[in-house]
Amino acid sequence: MMKPSRPVGLVGYGLYIPRYRIAAKEIARMWTDGSAALPVEAKSVPGPDEDTITMSIEAARNALARAGLSAERLSAVWVGSESHPYSVKPSGTVVAEALGAAPWVSTADWEFACKAGSEALTAGMGMVGSGMAEYVLAIGADTAQARPSDALEYTAAAGAAALLVGPAEESLATIEATISYVTDTPDFYRRENRPYPVHGNRFTGEPAYFHQTTSAASRLLADLGRTPQDYTYAVFHQPNAKFPQAAAKRLGFSDAQIAPGLLSPQIGNTYSGAALAGLCATLDVAKPGDTIFVTSYGSGAGSDAYSLVVTDTILERRSRAPLTAAYLNRKVFVDYAVYAKWRGKLVMG
Amino acid sequence: MDIAKQWRGRGPRYRLEGQRNTQTGEVRFPPRPVALDENAAEWETVALSGKGEIYSYTTLHQAPSGFDGLTPYPVALVRLAEGPLVTAQLTDCDENDVQIGTAVEMVTRHLKDTGEDGVLIYGYKFRPAVQ
Repeated sequence: MMKPSRPVGLVGYGLYIPRYRIAAKEIARMWTDGSAALPVEAKSVPGPDEDTITMSIEAARNALARAGLSAERLSAVWVGSESHPYSVKPSGTVVAEALGAAPWVSTADWEFACKAGSEALTAGMGMVGSGMAEYVLAIGADTAQARPSDALEYTAAAGAAALLVGPAEESLATIEATISYVTDTPDFYRRENRPYPVHGNRFTGEPAYFHQTTSAASRLLADLGRTPQDYTYAVFHQPNAKFPQAAAKRLGFSDAQIAPGLLSPQIGNTYSGAALAGLCATLDVAKPGDTIFVTSYGSGAGSDAYSLVVTDTILERRSRAPLTAAYLNRKVFVDYAVYAKWRGKLVMG
Repeated sequence: MDIAKQWRGRGPRYRLEGQRNTQTGEVRFPPRPVALDENAAEWETVALSGKGEIYSYTTLHQAPSGFDGLTPYPVALVRLAEGPLVTAQLTDCDENDVQIGTAVEMVTRHLKDTGEDGVLIYGYKFRPAVQ
């Protein structure tokens, strides 16, 4: 496992979910006879003026608000995504400018499929843990692409989560340790200049998601000398509703432990935002002293696992920004035609 | 392409930066060059809170170039908490969701379509307050 020499934690956290949803059964209405099993109930859909940059900005503003921190004090603003609006030009500079963190700040865009955000979190732990930085903002955000009629279309959603890493003594949750497990496993990818990713169907399960997730999680538990029962809550990357529940069960976590952070049935897979958003939703309900075990997953493939302990500070900071429930409750459903228009799936000729 | 123009406007557009007079407390938005009878040293740049309420609104059905894909969309005069009145698009709502006096908050969104090779233009819009 990896531990910084100086203890670190989260001094703030922020989440963003777009207002719009499309029901999985509406997507099924377009492409199947309606008899197929649906992987989620609905997924979030970005509005026509939203992208990874705008969602990152709102999640980051929520994280800064919770921390009560001026953006000028950030040493880094890092955005992890597989849907950066530009192929060449950083998302991070727009986000840093909008927050007021520029110009004396490091920015970079991270890419590792669905764990680009947790890569930034691990790097942030290193920056703060080494004393190079006091505060680092690690963001995971995506407006995920899916080919019409593909199995991924039911789940490829949009959302963002921002985690503000700082010294442990100022944190609302300390991060005890992390671990990364990575192999070359091509379960899902998108080639240069191609509009939609492809995936290996059943290959995305056992050798990909489950192997990386359970390997990272079980090793961190072993290194810390813990068992799943030592944790109040657990969060797993959630490409659908079933995978995180199956991974949790395999490792020995209960349904109750993962319930607060399981957002995929309602909003689908927010890709780089998914595990981090699950952590944000869990922090919304956690009490001081609670412990949270988080495992991300990115196709390609790898997992990062983290062990967190919630502090008393959560009580004064939690309500400084909208809770996950506020974003979940403002939902408005759109039909497939509106979804297709907004997501650029109509060829205008 | 008007890259330079867009770039110069990033303070007010991204952060809702206006000006405050350090002597009188007057706040204005958008920021503008000081007039001949004003003292430049008295005006400081200040990021506004982004909180406000709808002063008046309408819905656009015939949009200018770059906004055509969004119609119909609401546009409002927003009275900012600090005082200035700003014209802006509303987002995450339609006209049935707002009325005069509705509390709104600033969000940063993609503003207009500039084509496949255009620079992406971001800026402020307002939406009914989430909390």
